[in-house]
Amino acid sequence: MAAVAARELRDGEVVFVGIGLPNLACNLARATHAPNLVLIYESGAVGASPSRLPVSIGDPALVTGSLMVCGMADVFQLFLQNGQINVGFLGGAQVDRYGNINTTVIGRYERPTVRLPGSGGAAEIAVHAQRTLIVAKLNPRAFPERVDFVTSPGQQCGGRGRRELGMPGAGPVKVITDKGVLEADATTGEMVLAALYPGVTADDVQKGVGWPLTRRPRLGAIAPPSATELRLLRDVLDPKGLFLKSKGDGKTE
Amino acid sequence: MASGKVMAMRDAVARFVHDGDTVVIEGFTHLICFAAGHEIIRQRRRDLTLARLTPDLIYDQMIAAGCARKLVFSWAGNPGVGSLHAFRRALEGKSAGGGGLEIEEYSHFGMVARFSAGAARLPFWPLRNYMGTDLPTANPRIRSVTCPYTGEVLATVPALNPGVTIVHAQRADVAGNTQMWGLLGVQKEAAFASARVIVVVEELVEEDVIRSDPNRTVIPGMIVSAVVVEPWGAHPSYAQGYYDRDNDFYVAWEGVSRDPDRLARYLEEFVYGVPDRAGYMNKQPHLAARLKAKARLSQGVNYGF
Repeated sequence: MAAVAARELRDGEVVFVGIGLPNLACNLARATHAPNLVLIYESGAVGASPSRLPVSIGDPALVTGSLMVCGMADVFQLFLQNGQINVGFLGGAQVDRYGNINTTVIGRYERPTVRLPGSGGAAEIAVHAQRTLIVAKLNPRAFPERVDFVTSPGQQCGGRGRRELGMPGAGPVKVITDKGVLEADATTGEMVLAALYPGVTADDVQKGVGWPLTRRPRLGAIAPPSATELRLLRDVLDPKGLFLKSKGDGKTE
Repeated sequence: MASGKVMAMRDAVARFVHDGDTVVIEGFTHLICFAAGHEIIRQRRRDLTLARLTPDLIYDQMIAAGCARKLVFSWAGNPGVGSLHAFRRALEGKSAGGGGLEIEEYSHFGMVARFSAGAARLPFWPLRNYMGTDLPTANPRIRSVTCPYTGEVLATVPALNPGVTIVHAQRADVAGNTQMWGLLGVQKEAAFASARVIVVVEELVEEDVIRSDPNRTVIPGMIVSAVVVEPWGAHPSYAQGYYDRDNDFYVAWEGVSRDPDRLARYLEEFVYGVPDRAGYMNKQPHLAARLKAKARLSQGVNYGF
């Protein structure tokens, strides 16, 4: 997943980075095809060049050697709302048919079954980043037809599209999962199956999704991680295996 | 010291933090003043409205200790690890006594905007946000305004003006002129928004040191009520250039906070069981050597003319 996400980033882009897999993906991209990627963390580090894998989004290693450190009012007003962010990474406990994300509650808001952490910066990243990439593992409970609570808006909310709602960014263009990649349909805004990992069928992906998944007429084949990508991920970027849990076949990375 | 702003943590909390106050202990991952939170727990403050972007472990501890009536926040997790379990028990109705913690929830941008409005003494702050989300339904204080120039409908959040804001920093002088570097979070806005400000520092320095590098001053002495000198006061959070974040502690908190009895034993030993931060550090003699920061000095600049 980290390698697939890294390939989505273009050299020179400005990326709003989250912790975990997105952070790995961004640093992998920087070490391979996108050396001029600018990493911005919501904590205020701009152009960060972390010498160790940050455990939290406010790790001191993000400050040391970065291009700029600013307060959070500047992060959200001068960078994000200003339109400087090309790509934002998002994840969550639930992702639905239109790429709406829930990181707030499972169940009713007033008396939740599971209380999740909440938005953090995700709601505004979903609104403002020029495009967002969602990274999440497939599971029918994690991919319901409708999320219990919309924390971060996707392509369509309550039947209304992003432009109608006044959102500047294009929203989630892809959902990168552990079995394949979904893409937002340009007309309907629905997340449709676009590409598969090696050895995975469209039915395998459908099993992890709680709505009848539309499939592109021709599904793309995602190349497995290269030897270079694997070496960088395992030996350089996450040598302790903090975020890369499965090392068996490389597919879940 | 009886005179001036420099005083012990015990005295600063006794004088400036009252039952029922809105209390902000800010710091985004960096410079979170655990020492102040612990002293508030020790002095058994009650009915506090605790506000912070990320409640972090410190508010989880204060919720578990019974200090909080209400929590105002935008991301309530254990960064990079998982959940804040005292917080979750309170909201999922699993606390002894049934919870009863009131919440008021925003996003980070929303909280930043609330502090910006408070600091500028404006009633609200506009932001282009919250379209398509359920947050305004969950929190009716997120509203909107029509721009008088363009007609655009913008979201608004109300000003947040705390009774007291507590800021940890690397250094200050006796007048409270406070310098910090590394991640700055919303400490400046939170301090200017607040009625009272307690600054807690790693080092007290001469005014000359402050004047040698004025661009690094984030909080001016004129808004500071008290200066507390408490080295390691941010642990397990960190102070850039002084000590690293104690990630092991954050990972271990998952197990501690998941079990109410273990959490109570933690508070008994490390909060109620010590008189102050020096006592807390004395209980953990290996901490300082493990976390002490390596030198990475800036090149300095010329302020001459």
